[in-house]
Amino acid sequence: MNLHGIRAIYRFEMARTFRTVMQSIAAPVLTTSLYFIVFGKAIGSRMGDIDNISYGAFIIPGLVMLSLLSESISNASFGIYMPKWAGTIYELLSAPVSWIEVLIGYVGAAATKSVMLGLLIMGTARLFVPYEIAHPFWLIAILLLTAVTFSLFGFIIGLWADNFQKLQVVPLLIVTPLTFLGGAFYSINMLPPLWQKITLFNPVVYLISGFRWAFYGMADVHIGVSVGVTLGFLLICLTFVWWVFNTGYKLRS
Amino acid sequence: MTDQTSAAIVRIRGVNKTYASGFQALKDVNLDIKRGEIFALLGPNGAGKTTLISIICGIVNASSGTVIADGHDTLRDYRAARASIGLVPQELHTDAFESVWSTMSFSRGLFGKAPNPAHLEKVLRDLSLWDKRDAKIMTLSGGMKRRVLIAKALAHEPRILFLDEPSAGVDVELRHDMWRMVRELRANGTTIILTTHYIEEAEDMADRIGVINKGELIIVEDKKVLMRKLGKKQLAITLRQPMRSIPDALDDWSLELTEGGHTLVYSFDTQKEETGIAALLRALGEHGIDFKDLRSSESSLEDIFVSLVHQPNEVTV
Repeated sequence: MNLHGIRAIYRFEMARTFRTVMQSIAAPVLTTSLYFIVFGKAIGSRMGDIDNISYGAFIIPGLVMLSLLSESISNASFGIYMPKWAGTIYELLSAPVSWIEVLIGYVGAAATKSVMLGLLIMGTARLFVPYEIAHPFWLIAILLLTAVTFSLFGFIIGLWADNFQKLQVVPLLIVTPLTFLGGAFYSINMLPPLWQKITLFNPVVYLISGFRWAFYGMADVHIGVSVGVTLGFLLICLTFVWWVFNTGYKLRS
Repeated sequence: MTDQTSAAIVRIRGVNKTYASGFQALKDVNLDIKRGEIFALLGPNGAGKTTLISIICGIVNASSGTVIADGHDTLRDYRAARASIGLVPQELHTDAFESVWSTMSFSRGLFGKAPNPAHLEKVLRDLSLWDKRDAKIMTLSGGMKRRVLIAKALAHEPRILFLDEPSAGVDVELRHDMWRMVRELRANGTTIILTTHYIEEAEDMADRIGVINKGELIIVEDKKVLMRKLGKKQLAITLRQPMRSIPDALDDWSLELTEGGHTLVYSFDTQKEETGIAALLRALGEHGIDFKDLRSSESSLEDIFVSLVHQPNEVTV
């Protein structure tokens, strides 16, 4: 195992994060605060409780997930896309590092940043809405699992993209709508019966539901199913990255 | 295993490369780089130099063939093979926002080496970059960026160093610094493989030279032997009166009539004791052929490549 190599990539990526702290930390925290002010306080105060949880508290897991998914994807996809774009990828390709070491470095750094951000948003939310955490262990586990899985997914997007537009198209046109429709602002029980079935095809439903269970002990789908679906997605992403590094697809001509 | 094979630090056997577009960049390349030598790979643009280097370094996959670097197969045992190689790429690919010191530290770590500030300092001082160690790379000049790339390649103390067109966009001073450092590296046992367009560079530096064209390694030879073959000069004689053809009396010289009969071009070998110029000028006088200007020039490497492509047998040793 090339531990020095992993450390070098990880530190390089974390340095990049702190260099762009306004964009990567401050902006998502501000955006989420605005959601809490608008939906939690202004509109939320006029809405009834959902499963005995105030609306302001109900949306916290969804809002954390919203930032976690988009930041995991964007951080990891930029991390691997930038060396491709700038040409510095030559060094990574000629270095004695395996694909798993490259992944630990890039995805580890992206996930670290997302988890930091998630905790920061939870802290910010506490300023607006009082809440208790029912299952702290599961909360951290789901936070980590989601951050790693979606950082891995972002890494794949960064490998696949060959221009800046492609880099943005999946997060903006697929992930954000899926998150909004994944129960961030409502319980799926509030949907008409047909849509309750259709929405189960949205993988983000399982993430938000699982995360909400960790917070309040209530969920739209069973926690086991939530974790299982996320793990399944993680495995699919891992297999794809393994295939990319073995065939050289989009990396080695 | 013969002595020559065991002395090879890089062994390339039957390497072919066809890109997805169908373009065949390398055709059955076989080459041994000897341990501790400076090997210059010459060739025109698109000849396959960078592809060959990229295959050895692991950036491009070969379609077939094997490469052994420092005793390790570059595919099966890529960790050990790559750890012994340093690469200075042709293009100035750098991380704009990083400092010189951090980008070097990154390179050393990436290649699996524990931090060694003393080594990094030595490399930076040798490259006159020590004062710039905290500067962001984006603030450096092109020549400085080239030095940073060399520093990165040397950060993990490689035994084999590839320099892909190191003189491109580099001023005379840096070129001299660079060659001094290359000689020092060689003296310390590093094997150096460089690609270049400049024949003077190969002439100054290399122990052996390989010429590649259209993906084929045309010739690999000791520098002195090859320079004798390539070291042709030309004398252009501008005539007062144009000629229709070269007189039979001048058959002893290798002459060509150009520019509509206004110029006689004499190609001669600089390595020979007698260039034949004096005798030629005397003969012109004896036959009443007046001239108004003389111009001598060394054939460019591009010219030599053209001759290699069209008449490969002429230079095959």
